[in-house]
Amino acid sequence: MAAESPPGYRLLGGRIPYVEGPLKVAGRAEYTDDIRRSGQLVGKVLRSVWPHARLRSIDTRAAAAEPGVFAVLTGDRYPTPFGVLPITRDETALAVDKTRYIGDIVAAVAAVDERTAERALAKIRVDVEPLPEYADPATGLTRVEEPIHARGLNGSNIQKEVVQHFGDVDAAFARAAHTVRVRATYAGVTHAFTEPLVTIADATPDGRLTVWSATQVPHYLHRALSEVLGIPMHRIRVIKPEVGGGFGGKSDPLPHEIVCAALSIAAGRPVKMLLDREDVFYTNHGRHPTKNDVRIAADADGQLLAYDIDTVIDGGAWSSFGTVTTYYNGVLAMGPYRVPNFRYRGRRVYTTKPPSGAMRAHGGTNIRYSVEVGLDQLAEQLHVDPFDLRVANALPPNSKTVNEFLITSTSFVKCLSAVRAASDWDRKFRRLPYGEGVGLGCGFYISGSNSPIHFTPKMPQSTVHLKADMDGGIAVHSMQADIGQGSNTLLAAIVAEVLGVDLDRVHVQGVDTDVSPVDLGSYSSRVTFMMGNAARAAAEQLRAQVVHGAAQLLGVPDDAVEVAHERLRVRSEPARGVAFLEALHRAMEPVGALVATGSYQTSPRGGSFKGARAGTAPAYSFSAYVAQTTVDVETGEIAVGKIWAAFDCGRALNRLAVEGQIEGSIHMGLGQLLGESMNYRASRLLNPSLLEYKVLAPQQMPDVEVLLVGDDDPEGPFGAKEAGEGPLVATLPAVGNALYDAIGCRFTDLPITPEKVVRALDQRRQEGRPWKGR
Amino acid sequence: MVSDAPIRFRLNGVPVAVPCEDARVLLDVLREDLQLTGTKRGCDLGTCGCCTVLVDGRPTLSCLTLGRFAEGRDVTTIEGIGPASALSALQQAFVAHGATQCGFCTPGFVMTATALLTEHPHPSRAEIERAISGNLCRCTGYRKIVEAIQAAADGTA
Repeated sequence: MAAESPPGYRLLGGRIPYVEGPLKVAGRAEYTDDIRRSGQLVGKVLRSVWPHARLRSIDTRAAAAEPGVFAVLTGDRYPTPFGVLPITRDETALAVDKTRYIGDIVAAVAAVDERTAERALAKIRVDVEPLPEYADPATGLTRVEEPIHARGLNGSNIQKEVVQHFGDVDAAFARAAHTVRVRATYAGVTHAFTEPLVTIADATPDGRLTVWSATQVPHYLHRALSEVLGIPMHRIRVIKPEVGGGFGGKSDPLPHEIVCAALSIAAGRPVKMLLDREDVFYTNHGRHPTKNDVRIAADADGQLLAYDIDTVIDGGAWSSFGTVTTYYNGVLAMGPYRVPNFRYRGRRVYTTKPPSGAMRAHGGTNIRYSVEVGLDQLAEQLHVDPFDLRVANALPPNSKTVNEFLITSTSFVKCLSAVRAASDWDRKFRRLPYGEGVGLGCGFYISGSNSPIHFTPKMPQSTVHLKADMDGGIAVHSMQADIGQGSNTLLAAIVAEVLGVDLDRVHVQGVDTDVSPVDLGSYSSRVTFMMGNAARAAAEQLRAQVVHGAAQLLGVPDDAVEVAHERLRVRSEPARGVAFLEALHRAMEPVGALVATGSYQTSPRGGSFKGARAGTAPAYSFSAYVAQTTVDVETGEIAVGKIWAAFDCGRALNRLAVEGQIEGSIHMGLGQLLGESMNYRASRLLNPSLLEYKVLAPQQMPDVEVLLVGDDDPEGPFGAKEAGEGPLVATLPAVGNALYDAIGCRFTDLPITPEKVVRALDQRRQEGRPWKGR
Repeated sequence: MVSDAPIRFRLNGVPVAVPCEDARVLLDVLREDLQLTGTKRGCDLGTCGCCTVLVDGRPTLSCLTLGRFAEGRDVTTIEGIGPASALSALQQAFVAHGATQCGFCTPGFVMTATALLTEHPHPSRAEIERAISGNLCRCTGYRKIVEAIQAAADGTA
């Protein structure tokens, strides 16, 4: 199936179709909502209609008396707080004492069918005392009348404040020949995965609980269920069926998952809870609405001297990943350039709105746009080409940022060269007709986090188990969670590559905490790097056993045997060999089925100052994108014609999947730039549907030319780094800067709607600032 | 007056009779009553296209279509595409081109594209994009889906 493998590897580096593709195109892939347990009830929740209110009483008697209702639940039953970060557990499964946003879960029922459940919910009487609404994070920066959470900083609604200073920023600005400033506003956006949130829970009389859920991180769900429900983890089994997209939105343990399990415990029956699309929007955990203020200083030669950044982030009702978000909005401004002085203040503020959380290129997207637009302004001030400015400031391989990120491999300069040539930049920049333009945007992103969110940090980040039995098949178990990005395919390909066998011998098993070893799942772009290394280690261990079997059959020492395609042979006499199956069977004679395990743990990295762990990764991806864009100067409509995407993910192990990640990232990044927005009137979300929340249509998607130029990373599996989130970040500034080249207007209020374009054009005309002679 | 008299229609070529309340939508008939779960429920509002089936050969949002509408008609779901235990050329092209990622939208796209290629065996890229514009994919950026449909049309899958 695979083709175009570079020399040295049979499968890896080629285009490997997704192993579960045939099931998906036939409608035979099984997602959570496709599962039905006998006797299954329907779980439904009652959501708060108040942005902020103290719960005086909840009367559920009439609901419980409704025929067909098996369980009714309120927050007092399970008040233990949880949260994805152990340091900020401030969420509860159902509201306890007060509700914190319109959409907070107040009560839940399990009933024989949906209609009965809804009838019961309608009979629940909730008596509340309204509390002050805090829709705007700016109103929560100082002491407030009723903090949304008691843990708000000094009686305010600040969930997290980060202050960092490296070098001497004031001195750098004092001696700077050039400074630029970008003050930008970003609307909140959400993941809009196609599969709604859904969970099935089955509490059985043996005291066990089985949960099927659409989750990216089965392990965190496992842990949160145990904490809140008070059941030891070993009596809970979490199964992840196929997941219909996540993009970060299924990485927190979510309240409905716990509520569903609690309902099953109360009812003694399996319960399915399928959230409707509106509830998915209220659950949110999308990208934070953000305001940032970025100042950049450079010397007369265009060497960057300093960044000075201040950011206010709208967190919504809960912490979620917010402490990480707050750090990332500063520290992910650092690469791919050398910035010797850096100051950052970031504040994430609770508001009475749906919680924000992690969304693809979490924490690195909004700040990236501001920085890259600033660098475009700086290049203009300096009268240098934007490419030359970036080349002059690029971090070299094996260097450190001022905040002690270790950059091992970087092909950033190669990305710049490749995209400059492919896009024909030098003939286009500032030379296209009025209304047309090209722009450059660059980025970097973490390839996993060095410090996992883990209850026992000394355990590996990823573990992979293999079993080879007499059928010659190799079963693979891992809790890495394929959510569509192709990690099952990569896992199978790595095992097949190491063992020299065909891909169809390798069967990646579903995620099931009873049998799969812990892996921290699909977030922070960690899977290829960490699972890949674990899979390689496990496969090498299995290979050694099969090699030993072959050596015995061939009458040579183990180290004289090498692996070929479906065959093991004597290295010095390639014609002498045995089939893989023969060698496997020989190796099995003394022990039966062969088993092997491999794991990966990050090596120590990063500084020792407070917050040093945030953004410290075992490797970083790099990108340089050029966008070519046309603006209709009458209507303000923007058409992005083409994006040239040069990306350094080290060695691309499955080019088909890497292209897919880049194309999908561009779609999502353009959506945020050009139209997606969670719109609010005060705290009320106005557009909780896919009709009113505008995801880009196929016709709005540009041509994409992918340029994969990465050199092998020293620590990545087979030289690979991440390609799941990093490909998003350069998209926005590439187009933003292309708009400037097209019409001479800077946009710092996202999304950039046609109305804003028309207004900007009008303003430029009124100010008498011609652009390209117009 | 609520009726739950059975509806009779051809489902993937086979005649069926299913009890159906007046207000029940075709998606529920397929997924819940007949347990054909290849047709996906993404929004219940006709905004995502994941529930697309063919009714008399036309792409139809089964979440917005009453079950009764199927009476006497030909309904094709993803389970009825391609030969038994095998894939159609279009489905094969989706696999080969990596047009699935999470795969949740895929059945809907396959249905829409199957209808397109029946009506226009050699569509232009613009025609493909227009045809699939009612189907939401959040993973692929649509490029590989368009390529797969084009390849199936060109017989180069």
